Amino acid sequence: MTIDMSQFHGAFFEESFEGLQIMETELLALDVGEVDSEIINTIFRAAHSIKGGAGTFGFMNVSEYTHVMETLLDEMRDGSRPVTQEAVNALLSSTDVLKGMLEAARDEVDFDEEGAVKQRAILETILLGENAVSEQQTAESKEQTTDEVGAGWLIQFTPFTDMMLTGNDPVRLLRALDELGEMDVKIDLSALPPFSEIIPEELYVSWGITLQGGMTKAEVLDVFDWVDDACELHVEPLPQHDKSDSVTPSEPVNVKLASPGKTKSAKAAEKSKTPVKKSASSEATSIRVGIDKVDEIINLVGELVITQSMLDQAGEDLEEQAEAQGKNKNTKILLRLRDGLAQLERNTRELQEGVMRIRMLPISFVFSRMPGLVHDLSGQLNKKITLVVTGEETELDKTVMENIGDPMVHLVRNALDHGIETPDIRTAAGKPETGTITLNAFHQGGNIIIQITDDGAGINKERVLAKAIEKGVISESDNLSDSDINNLIFAPGFSTAEVVSDVSGRGVGMDVVRTSIHKLGGRVEVSSEEGKGSVFTIRLPLTLAILDGQLVTVGKESYVIPLISIVESIQIDRANINVVAGKAEVYKLRNHYIPVIRSRQVFGLPGDKKDLHGALMVVVEVGNGHAGIIVDDLQGQQQVVIKSLETNYRKVETMSGATILGNGTVALIWDVAGMVNYHQKKLKQGTSTIKLSADDADNEVA
Amino acid sequence: MSAQIELGSENNNELNEHEDQYLTFVLGEEEYGVDILRVQEIRGWDTVTSIPNAPAYIKGVINLRGTIVSIVDLRERFGMDSVEYNDLTVVVVLRVKGDEKERIMGIVVDAVSEVYNFSDSGIKDAPDMGYAINMDYMKGMATIEEKMIIILNIDELMSLKDLDVVTQAVQK
Amino acid sequence: MAHILVVDDSASMRQMVGFTLKGDGHQVVEAADGALGLQCAKAEAFDAVITDVNMPNMDGIELTRQLRGLPNYRFTPILTLTTESSAEKKAAGKAAGATGWLVKPFNPDQLLATVKKVLG
Repeated sequence: MTIDMSQFHGAFFEESFEGLQIMETELLALDVGEVDSEIINTIFRAAHSIKGGAGTFGFMNVSEYTHVMETLLDEMRDGSRPVTQEAVNALLSSTDVLKGMLEAARDEVDFDEEGAVKQRAILETILLGENAVSEQQTAESKEQTTDEVGAGWLIQFTPFTDMMLTGNDPVRLLRALDELGEMDVKIDLSALPPFSEIIPEELYVSWGITLQGGMTKAEVLDVFDWVDDACELHVEPLPQHDKSDSVTPSEPVNVKLASPGKTKSAKAAEKSKTPVKKSASSEATSIRVGIDKVDEIINLVGELVITQSMLDQAGEDLEEQAEAQGKNKNTKILLRLRDGLAQLERNTRELQEGVMRIRMLPISFVFSRMPGLVHDLSGQLNKKITLVVTGEETELDKTVMENIGDPMVHLVRNALDHGIETPDIRTAAGKPETGTITLNAFHQGGNIIIQITDDGAGINKERVLAKAIEKGVISESDNLSDSDINNLIFAPGFSTAEVVSDVSGRGVGMDVVRTSIHKLGGRVEVSSEEGKGSVFTIRLPLTLAILDGQLVTVGKESYVIPLISIVESIQIDRANINVVAGKAEVYKLRNHYIPVIRSRQVFGLPGDKKDLHGALMVVVEVGNGHAGIIVDDLQGQQQVVIKSLETNYRKVETMSGATILGNGTVALIWDVAGMVNYHQKKLKQGTSTIKLSADDADNEVA
Repeated sequence: MSAQIELGSENNNELNEHEDQYLTFVLGEEEYGVDILRVQEIRGWDTVTSIPNAPAYIKGVINLRGTIVSIVDLRERFGMDSVEYNDLTVVVVLRVKGDEKERIMGIVVDAVSEVYNFSDSGIKDAPDMGYAINMDYMKGMATIEEKMIIILNIDELMSLKDLDVVTQAVQK
Repeated sequence: MAHILVVDDSASMRQMVGFTLKGDGHQVVEAADGALGLQCAKAEAFDAVITDVNMPNMDGIELTRQLRGLPNYRFTPILTLTTESSAEKKAAGKAAGATGWLVKPFNPDQLLATVKKVLG
C-alpha cells in the first residue's frame, strides 16, 4: 500500500510549531531553583511528539536532534540530572534550531546545518557531563546472541493462564510462526483441568513446536516479543546431523522467567500510579478543527447576515405598505413578524460575533516569543532589560496573528538594539540601569492596537533628518513636523544604525515592517521623545474576514473602500489642482501635493469630468504616501464580509475582493495600492517622464 | 442529477456503447452542446456587477447564493454580434475544470434548446470550415435530426488563459 | 473489516494512522488524548485500540489499564505506539495490559502488518 505521506506534513508542521512554542514558553517559565516536574513533563512531551512525528514523516534531522533533547529532558524528568541554567539555555537555543529545521523542511529549502551541529554539540556535552548517570549503558543485551541461523528451532511455548487478558491470542502467535517456515505443532493438554473446572477465559495448554527453515532465532523471538512475560518459552536449535557448526549454543535460552500467575495484575495496578494530573484548562476543553471548517461556517453566517437584512427590509416594506393602504400596521401578524425579525437580527449578530471569535486567539501566542528574544539579545548586547507584557489575553484573528509575529519581533529587536542604551550610558543620563520594554495590546473599535514602548534614547531627530536628506528621501527645504520626522524611519532603505549590528538583522529596515503591516490592512506609527523613549503603535483589523468599508459610487456600480486606507474625503477646489507634465494631476492638500487618480479613468469608464471642481476626492494612505481618488458619490459606511474574486474568477489588479450588499448584489472592494499602481502604469504608457510615487508622506505636513 | 443512460438489457451489438447527455443551447443560427454533468443550473439573465478593465465578454460577477461567480457572454467570447438581452436570454452556470481547481462560471446564451444523448463515436471531429469559434474550443460535432450541434470543450473555452493577453491589449 | 480506535495527541500521526487503516478497509474513530479515547471506547465497541503513550490528560498506559478494567475490553487487542528509546514504556504498557506495541517511526506497511498480527 503506497500512501503519500506528504499529505500529513501540514498537520505535522502545525503541531510541531505549536509544540515548540509550548517548549519555549515552559522553558522560560522554568525556575532552576525550584523545579516543577509537571513543567519538565510538558516540555518532554512536546519534544517527544515532534520526534515521533519527524521520524514518521521522514524529517530525520529533526528527529535526531529532538532525540538528544529528549534524552536530556528525560533525565531531568526522572530526577537523575539536575536542572541547570546552562541546560535550560541550551534547550532554549535548541528550540530555535528546531524551528529553523522545521521551517526549512516546510518551505522545502536547504537548512544550514552548521548552527545545529554546534548547538547539538553543546547539548551532548551537557549529556556527557559529570552528572551523567551510570545507567546509560542499559542497552538490551538480549539480542546479542540471537542473529544465528539454524536449520530450525525447537520451541516449547507454555502461556500463562491469563495471557489472553493482554489481548494476545496463542493461535495468532502460532500463525505468525507458521509464516516463518515449516511448522510442526504438538499440543500438550496435560495441564487441562477437569471439564467442570475449566474457566473459558484461561489457557491451559502448551505447545511443542518444530520450526524448519532459514529463520534466525531473533525472528522466532520476535513473534513472542509481546508475550515474553506472559509465557514460558524455550527456543533451542534443532539437532543437526550434517552440519559442523559448533557455535550454536546447546543450552536452551530461557527468555524470561516471569513469576507465573495472578500476582501480575495487582502489581501492575500498584506500579502504574500514572499521572492523571489536572492539566491546564485550555488543554482539557479545546478541540481541534480544520480552519477550513471554521471558514465555511463564517461564510455561511455571512450569508445569513445578508438574508437577515433582506428579510428585515421586506418586513419594513410590508409595514409601510399596510400603512399606505390605510390599514392597521399593528395587526397581530405584523407584530409577530416584527418581533421575530428583531430576534433574528439579534441572534444573527451574536452568531456572527461568536463565529468570528472561533478564529480568534489571544495575542499571547505572539507575545510569548518575546521573552526568549529579549533574554538572548540583552545578553548579546550587554544591556539590562525588563520586559513588561500586558493585555496578552487580547484576541485577534489567527491569520493576522501568524503574520504579525515577524514585524513584532523586528520592532522589539529594534527597541533593544537602537532604543535601550547600555547600562553605563543610562546611568550617566540619570536613568535606571535596567531599561524597560513594554508590550501592550488592547481593542479599540474594530481594531486591535499593539504598542511597543521603550524607555530608551528615543529617536534622534537631527540624525534622522540628516540621513533622510542625505538619502534623498526628503529635500532640505521641506518643512516637517516632529511626528513626520519620526515616521521617516519607515521610509524605504532608511536605517539609522551607525553600525550595522548583528541584532538588527539582515539589512531589512523598518519599511519592511511597515509593508507587512500594510498587507494585513493595518498601520504602524511611532512617537518618540528624545532621551525618554519611543512608542510604536500598530493598528490592525481584528479579522481578515470582515472589514469596515466606505461605500462609494463610480459609474453605475457601488464599490467598497477599506476604511483603514482612508485618511479623509474632501470636495475639490479648482485652485488646488495642478497639472504636471501635461497629464498627471496633483492636488495641493494643505502643504503637500498628492497625485490625483480619476477612478473613471482607471476603470476605463466614459463621462469623466474635465473640470474636477466640486468633485469628491477620497484621500487614501498607500505605501508610504497619500493619493486622492476621485469618486462620483459617497454613500454610507458599513461592515462587509470579504469574498474572494479568485475562487471562481481570477485576481483583479485594482480589487482586493468582493462583498455582497444587503440587497443581494455584489460590490467589489478596492485594493487602493493596486489602484495607484494601475494609475501609474497608465500614466507611464502615456507620458514616460513623470513618476508620482515619491511625493508622499515624506513631503507631507500634517 | 444523473446523466447515466439506460443502456437497456439487450446486449446485442459489439460494444454496448456508452452515451453522455448534452445540454444544447442556441447562439444566433448555431446550436452548441455542453456535457450536462458540468451544468450546475440555468438561470434567467439578471444584472451583474461589472469588473473594471475586464474584456468585454466578461459581463461581470453575480451573487450565486453567496459565492461570487463571473459571467461570460458567449456571443462576445466568440466574436459574434452581440444582441440585446431579452426574456429568453439565460445564463448557464457551469463547473469548469482549471489547472488546479474547479471554478463556477456562467455563460450567457440566446436560449437553451434540448438535452440529447450522444455516444463518443457520435461526436465527430469538426471540419475546420470557418466557424465562428476557435477550433480549440470544440470537442467535436454531432448530428441529430438533420441538425449540426457543436460540442464545446468548456474547460478550454473558459480557461481565462488568454485573458492576460486580452487585458494587456486593453491596457495599451 | 474491523472497527478501530486510534488515540494520539498528534494530529498528523492520527491522520496518518487513520488514513492508512481506512485505506485498508477499516473503520476508524480518532481521539486526541487518553481521556477522550476512554470516552469513545465506552460509547461504542471497538475491535482494536491503537494508542500513543505520551499524551496529555491521560497517557496511553493509563488508558490501557482503564480499558482492561472494562468488561468489553478484556480481550481486545490494544497496541501502543512507542519510541525505541522507551524500553521501560513497553514494559509499562504490557504491565497495564497492552497486547503489543509498534515502535515509532513506523511506516504504513508496518502499521498494517502489526494490525494484521492482532486481528488475525
